[in-house]
Amino acid sequence: MNSTSKSKHLWNLFWKLANPKVFMGWSGRWLPWLSWLTVLLLGSGLIWGFFFTPDDIRQGSTVKIIYLHVPAALMAINGYLLMFIGSLMWLIRRQHVSVLAAKAAAPVGMTMTLIALATGAIWGQPMWGTYWVWDPRLTSFLIMFLFYAGYIALWAAIDDDDTAADLTSVLALVGSVFALLSRYAVLFWNQGLHQGTTVSLTDGTKQENISNVFFLPLLLAMVGFGLLFLTLLLIGTRTELRMRRLKVLEVRERMQ
Amino acid sequence: MMPDLGEYAVEVTVAYGVSLLALALVCFLYIRRSRSVKRALTDAEARKDA
Repeated sequence: MNSTSKSKHLWNLFWKLANPKVFMGWSGRWLPWLSWLTVLLLGSGLIWGFFFTPDDIRQGSTVKIIYLHVPAALMAINGYLLMFIGSLMWLIRRQHVSVLAAKAAAPVGMTMTLIALATGAIWGQPMWGTYWVWDPRLTSFLIMFLFYAGYIALWAAIDDDDTAADLTSVLALVGSVFALLSRYAVLFWNQGLHQGTTVSLTDGTKQENISNVFFLPLLLAMVGFGLLFLTLLLIGTRTELRMRRLKVLEVRERMQ
Repeated sequence: MMPDLGEYAVEVTVAYGVSLLALALVCFLYIRRSRSVKRALTDAEARKDA
């Protein structure tokens, strides 16, 4: 299969997954494999990082926090971008699976944001001398956390599912500005304490990556966090789809 | 077995403790809700078919 037909195949699969039945069948087949792979890679990355990497010359053992902080921050941003895509697809094409995937992504994304903020604060105290500063990247992350919380609260506050999907989708679109800002804030405002990108997979000429001693377990942890996000996303979306079906059956029961 | 974390032992341990706790909690909540909704749906389908 050449690359064009591969991408065409993936694109077709993407649209087919908008059908709840296809999604349930596909995710049900892949979920057990994905779960085991998540445990393997996330466990390996964190154990390698915590137990088998040396201290940094300047940062001492606090460098071990990088195996939590960077992957969590990465998934906090990507989780919000996923919510953006799911919400946009709902608003344009009214596809239930996409908006339910966005709904399922929010609590995981919020947890990732919280981990990034907490580990950043704990790391910041010995390195910067403070837990918190109103630095562009830190502040945009805090605002993104509040958008996650608001998105979840809005879903919970509205009884009608389609109305909730409409309103939360608009909120997700507005909040995506802060998800982008949290990624690029360092470039927009060249101020504050937070450094620029630590790891660059694409721009090897401009960015000097960290040493492989730290980079390889970090890469493993990043993939592990990504797989954990995907696993929980599939579990959550399947639960939301079942919940919708359950609501329909309960309404039918009451009408009989 | 435990690596020597030197003067930053508290910071590193707390960072790992808080993060792993948060990850474990979100996994637990997702799996628990998934199981309860699946069970409720199975019961509702059975009542419908009866």
